[in-house]
Amino acid sequence: MLGKTAGGLFWMFRYLERSENIARLLEAGFRMALTRAASSDEEWASLLTTSGVRNAFFERHEEITSAAVIDFLLRDKTNPSSVLNMMDAARSNARLVRTALTREVWEAVNESWMALNDALKHAVRERELPAVLGEIRRQSSLVRGTLHGTMLRNEVFDFSRLGTFVERADNTARILDVKYYVLLPSTASVGGSLDNVQWETILRSVSAHRSYHWLNEGDVSAASIADFLILDRRLPRSLAFCYAEISSNLNYLEREYGEELACHRQSRQIAEQLRSVRIEDVFAMGLHEFLEGFIRDNAALGSQIETDYRFYG
Amino acid sequence: MCMSTEANFFNEMLQSQGGTREPYQAYAQWLDGEDPKQLLKKLTEAESFFRRTGITFNVYGQSEATERLIPFDIIPRIISAREWSSLSRGIEQRVRAINAFLHDIYHRQEIIRAGRIPADLIAHNEAFEPRMIGFTPPGGVYTHIVGTDLVCTGEGEFYVLEDNARTPSGVSYMLENRETMLQMFPELFTRNRVRRVSDYPDRLRQSLSACAPPACEGKPVIAVLTPGIYNSAYYEHSYLADQMGAELVEGHDLRVHEGRVAMRTTRGFKPIDVLYRRVDDNYLDPLSFEPSSTLGIPGIMDVYRAGGITIANAPGTGIADDKAIYSYIPDIVEFYTGEKPILNNVPTYRCSEPDSLAFVLDHLDELVVKEVHGSGGYGMLVGPAASKRELAKFRQKLKARPGAYIAQPTLALSTVPIMTKQGLAPRHVDLRPYVLVSGQGIHIVPGGLTRVALKKGSLVVNSSQGGGTKDTWVLED
Repeated sequence: MLGKTAGGLFWMFRYLERSENIARLLEAGFRMALTRAASSDEEWASLLTTSGVRNAFFERHEEITSAAVIDFLLRDKTNPSSVLNMMDAARSNARLVRTALTREVWEAVNESWMALNDALKHAVRERELPAVLGEIRRQSSLVRGTLHGTMLRNEVFDFSRLGTFVERADNTARILDVKYYVLLPSTASVGGSLDNVQWETILRSVSAHRSYHWLNEGDVSAASIADFLILDRRLPRSLAFCYAEISSNLNYLEREYGEELACHRQSRQIAEQLRSVRIEDVFAMGLHEFLEGFIRDNAALGSQIETDYRFYG
Repeated sequence: MCMSTEANFFNEMLQSQGGTREPYQAYAQWLDGEDPKQLLKKLTEAESFFRRTGITFNVYGQSEATERLIPFDIIPRIISAREWSSLSRGIEQRVRAINAFLHDIYHRQEIIRAGRIPADLIAHNEAFEPRMIGFTPPGGVYTHIVGTDLVCTGEGEFYVLEDNARTPSGVSYMLENRETMLQMFPELFTRNRVRRVSDYPDRLRQSLSACAPPACEGKPVIAVLTPGIYNSAYYEHSYLADQMGAELVEGHDLRVHEGRVAMRTTRGFKPIDVLYRRVDDNYLDPLSFEPSSTLGIPGIMDVYRAGGITIANAPGTGIADDKAIYSYIPDIVEFYTGEKPILNNVPTYRCSEPDSLAFVLDHLDELVVKEVHGSGGYGMLVGPAASKRELAKFRQKLKARPGAYIAQPTLALSTVPIMTKQGLAPRHVDLRPYVLVSGQGIHIVPGGLTRVALKKGSLVVNSSQGGGTKDTWVLED
């Protein structure tokens, strides 16, 4: 396949994943703001940090208000990661790689783009926010569903999935990193138990709130939450899960092309670390340092894939 | 259902003395049993279908976000088997002559020696491509794909407006229009025996494969070259590549590599055998033509001349559909086929000739004036519809550069009804059938693109000027 096409697919699915994750983050943040009005500014601020658009936000706004953050994350054309911009970019990439997609996948992306442009035509009021966020998640599922249901399991599929999981691993790591202090043993020991609302937000941001409780039967500890999000391969948004998927897609490409490239070695290293490390080791080396290192390695893998498979020439 | 008919124009569905023309009879019967309100609803349905599938075109000179739909009308344009057989014989004859003409023009120029066309018509023509001199493209085919523009003025009276021998567009609309009709009105296709058009992409693939260059080993690798996603016809480029199972490439995906034109794939460079290019000659090779072009591939012309790739359509085919050449086509047909032309040419005044210019200036309000190198209905004057100011402005243009224009009488274009809120209403139409040429022969798709001027009384059918499209049926014998 064309290098351009592989790159177009990779980024199209990164954009789609990011827009879905922004919706999830907003959902968690919104819930938090509703349940504890007093410190809600801090929550909105941490949303901006997690999405990596804090500076861009303050170029446009003097102060943080819920309405400004919501609008910035969902609709603002000057925010490169706003949901609207992500959808525009995803659809534009889908047009670029139209010949690699089934008609169903293309139509799903095109319809999502139309539906979200419609839903986000005007500023979203708080009252409408849950419905709009639900719509974003639904559209995202629609695209994913058509991808799984109609695409050949070949390199086209692999490059698409690689985009999804490189982006998702990055997003989950960022969510944790922004909130890592909540999970530090010292914080927990001060109050005796974790701040309920804080860890709930973390779990909700990755749609793992119910599954965590189901698995842990009500026991909540910093170590077990970090373990769940970083190392548990059953959770589809954990770092370990993402790397299991990345490895499997890269392995397929390696076999198919009969060539081991730098990106294969890099991904094996990261996957191996996630397999062998225990959560105690992570805390011992410092949760923040671990996550920082992971985000860096993950980004490096992304650009290595771009080079190895000649996305740009 | 009732409809007003304008007596001056040939209505392809309804006869002026009442009654329905033969090819439309089964359809009209069905239409009588339908509720007009429901049909109007279908029109909205069709529009949302087109939007969902992304069948849009970009409008030049507007922001990238501007994607428009070409309006679709649900009343089909129906052509009988008899009409079609004479039409297609005429088209085939014309296309065969055009290919012979192109070969001659780039080789011995017998037609000029025989005095049938003036030498400077070729020598001073921008569309003439010196790099094609003495070179014969693989299979001897110059125009792999032709879209002949036709209009009808009466029972069995067809005229060729343009030959479109460069990169004719619109075939994706022909295919999607049929797809839409099949989805919305499946029952119509059991009542009428309509010849299918859906095998066009397969045939295009076969036809292009049959023109593979000498360097091709094994199954030919085909790619469609597009200027990119902001081009007005990008949807069509991606659609055709997808339907043919070919790669869709842009200039920067390609380079000359080991004597072949190759595309950058995830596994390295892979040679292309046949390039169906949808960029103009000028942008094809920055080394040979437009140096600033980023749409093309430096060095492709050398590879081409060395037999390393087939370019479809061949560079320099524009000399055959140039508006200045148009008026000579009947001579060209006779010269190369030894037969009388089956299809009519529209009488054409060459403004480069002083007598003709004087006549045109005198009769400007009755004539259609076209730029010799223009396309898409831009820079064109429709005399009877123009204001006094427009006429005066055009008169100046004509006097300043007479050689840049030709003029033709306004033809009484036939009408086919469209569906409006007020019921059926007649609108002017043209027809663009698509022709595939390979060394193995000429294939004409039974059907084509019917463009319709949606504005009452308008004669301009171009999509860039508010035209729409219709499904075009050719009935089985």
